[in-house]
Amino acid sequence: MSSDNLLTLNLKIWRQKNNKEKGEIVDYTIDGISPDASFLEMLDVLNEKLIAEGNDPVAFDHDCREGICGMCSLMINGQAHGPEAETTTCQLHMRKFQNGETIVVEPFRARAFPVLKDLMIDRTAFDDIIASGGFVNVNTGNAQDANSILVPKENAELAMDAAACIGCGACVASCKNASAMLFVSAKVSQLSLLPQGQLEAEERVKNMVSKMDELGFGNCTNEAECEASCPKGISISNIARMNRDFLSAAVKAKD
Amino acid sequence: MTEIKKLDGKVPAGKLQDKWDQHRFNMKLVNPANKRKYKVIVVGTGLAGASAAATLSELGYDVSTFCIQDSPRRAHSIAAQGGVNAAKNYPNDGDSIWRLFYDTIKGGDYRAREANVYRLAQVANNIIDQCAAQGVPFAREYGGTLSNRSFGGAQVSRTFYARGQTGQQLLLGAYSALMKEVGKGKVKSYTRREMVELVVVDGKARGIITRNVVTGEYEKFSADAVLLCTGGYGNTYFLSSNAMASNGSAAWKAYKKGAMFANPCYTQIHPTCIPQHGDFQSKLTLMSESLRNDGRVWVPKDKNETRKANDIPEEERDYYLEEKYPSFGNLVPRDVAARNAKQQADMGKGVGSTKVAVYLDFADAIKREGIETIKARYGNLFDMYERITDENPYEVPMRIFPAVHYTMGGLWVDYNLMTTVPGCFALGEANFSDHGANRLGASALMQGLADGYFVIPYTLGNYLASEGLINSDVEETAPEFDEALKTSKERFDKLLAINGTKSVDSFHRELGVVMWDYVGMARTAEGLSTAITKIKAIREDFWKNVKVTGTNDGVNIELEKANRVADFLELGELMARDALTREESCGGHFRDEYQTEENEAKREDDKFCHVAAWEYTGDNKEPIRNIEELNFENVALTQRSYK
Repeated sequence: MSSDNLLTLNLKIWRQKNNKEKGEIVDYTIDGISPDASFLEMLDVLNEKLIAEGNDPVAFDHDCREGICGMCSLMINGQAHGPEAETTTCQLHMRKFQNGETIVVEPFRARAFPVLKDLMIDRTAFDDIIASGGFVNVNTGNAQDANSILVPKENAELAMDAAACIGCGACVASCKNASAMLFVSAKVSQLSLLPQGQLEAEERVKNMVSKMDELGFGNCTNEAECEASCPKGISISNIARMNRDFLSAAVKAKD
Repeated sequence: MTEIKKLDGKVPAGKLQDKWDQHRFNMKLVNPANKRKYKVIVVGTGLAGASAAATLSELGYDVSTFCIQDSPRRAHSIAAQGGVNAAKNYPNDGDSIWRLFYDTIKGGDYRAREANVYRLAQVANNIIDQCAAQGVPFAREYGGTLSNRSFGGAQVSRTFYARGQTGQQLLLGAYSALMKEVGKGKVKSYTRREMVELVVVDGKARGIITRNVVTGEYEKFSADAVLLCTGGYGNTYFLSSNAMASNGSAAWKAYKKGAMFANPCYTQIHPTCIPQHGDFQSKLTLMSESLRNDGRVWVPKDKNETRKANDIPEEERDYYLEEKYPSFGNLVPRDVAARNAKQQADMGKGVGSTKVAVYLDFADAIKREGIETIKARYGNLFDMYERITDENPYEVPMRIFPAVHYTMGGLWVDYNLMTTVPGCFALGEANFSDHGANRLGASALMQGLADGYFVIPYTLGNYLASEGLINSDVEETAPEFDEALKTSKERFDKLLAINGTKSVDSFHRELGVVMWDYVGMARTAEGLSTAITKIKAIREDFWKNVKVTGTNDGVNIELEKANRVADFLELGELMARDALTREESCGGHFRDEYQTEENEAKREDDKFCHVAAWEYTGDNKEPIRNIEELNFENVALTQRSYK
């Protein structure tokens, strides 16, 4: 890549010292960014510069940098994970931006995802939802031969589509109600599509939905922003499937 | 002269096939009502940690888990793409437990412990059953049965997979089992905690000190046993396919408390990664080995070739793997494929703007199978490749090159997975035991889950019951905890106080270059000696000139990194030292001085058919190289051939 392609960018980044203090947008200018760099590598360059100047680097969550761990987040120009469809922030590359562009970078915002510092947020609420029922209750050592559970290929594929969720929270951040319906429905769908998940299907959906409500996530009003922002292309048809399961569980409730 | 210890792997007596069964019968049990009285700490929540924590909690133990990420689900096992091996023989193509065992021992170039590998092959089938029962959405055939594909180093199809996200799906299975226990209030999950010290009381591991990476607080946790499931140390090289936070620090703390470090020079350089493209680059991305099922590796025959890949006619291409290894072709083991790619680049036949890459071409597969089939098999990988490189691999060949991916070395453990510190166990990539000098594809997931679901639940019980720890509770008020906490705090304060001029990353990059150049795919005595000198110099410079901004309280990512890089700067030296003293080539450890006429790794079985287990003797002092002899009773040691 020749040096005349290098980008100069104006960054407006959310800085917040910790969970208690108020945050603000701070302006930075950065140059010499290769279009082949990832968005997070661009932030690395900014941080190297801040450290050299004796300033506090920008805190942001990231880990695998290959789009699978779900740790990275960021609202980039108001879009969760930025402008490219089905792409996490770590897989977004600077060639998608223009020289001289202004980029606004904020954390994922939701009542259930408090900001810890700058762009870092707390997503333990997602773990709490999974702990309330996002599993098949089978202890180690009880399993029969794997091929004794036959799964129609079509169901296996649909379950895999849902299971591809990386738990990043983009769906919550992009929803005006901060609803976690896409996240919850992806897990509910995966397990209800498979024979292994049938036995506990009704309890599971009731428990997970009520935990989601309890944790302060909002309701679904069918805006489909979640699907549009999902880096793994999880479909809102999962929400429809979950609603069916939920309704059926509610009707059959014993008490 | 220091005395070299001979370590006992505690392999049970008897026939290879009966060892594990007999051992399970011989081991002591903990009474069900007593299990809840034992506290177990699990550090790391990847495949090994999550599966161990869930299973031990199901058995009734009082389990706490610790991870540095914001959720146990983020561990780097999640990034494994290709699959998990097991000898189910569902395709009816001649597989068996013995064949899986044999392939793994041979793939590891006869540097793994026979009994461990056989046990791994035995329990692998249970892993598939367990994961299927959890609702892991494995790939299926039209009749509803499980699908298999083939992987390097094997001539049978024994790899189970969930698209190109097998690690993710297996980890989410183990994570869901763990969260099931968390939901029941039986496991306490501590997130964003980094283990910064192992606490040893009366010679036994009795707890850890952690640093809360959000508040900067140091915390003390006591237990009856500590399980280190903290992954590998590939990030010593700075650029690797590991996650940014993957580190060797937990293992390194254990090493300094007496746990020996085995075969640190055994690192796996994975043949198919996206090549490096700039100095700002923070990590390398792997393209699954499964791609070698359909992709053909080639370079132009003429090193002055300037045409684009698709314009180079068939007869002017060198499909060097197919040519050289007709029976395994593009599916030779990773070390062989990686070394051959390097040889091509060294000859000047590399491709792309840097000439440090080779082609992985799908044109024939697309012609043969149709684009839709290839899309179904590898769609997500092709998309990832395109996002990173801006090239469409359906139309032009991928450019790939080897990159650091996995470390076969790790904490020395006996057959029971216990380190040389009683009560401190190491599972998964953190230990050294099953892959010898080279790991086969789809075997890391198998080993992590084998250790966690099916081995440690038995061997931990035996340790706890044998030691009678039930009558010797150690509280966090014990002086050893205060001392360890003080040591950690002083270390972090010291890092902050240096206030030099160079960033943490700049030191890490510098170390990475030395490691890649001298402790990479081809090593020499001279180069390794140079590496040791250079690493010492970088380390000295680090402790004088590193600049860590911020304070010890609250989020301070630079401080976290500085702590890890300080450990890499010591670990890197040990890796070079181990590579220097292993005067042979085996698997991923290739010494230029020891090669066959055909440039393959040449082992020196008379002198080096052993594990090197390094013992810490003090900072800046030479460690002792102890050994564990490897006895092969069931396989004949041969020169590996994949021709």
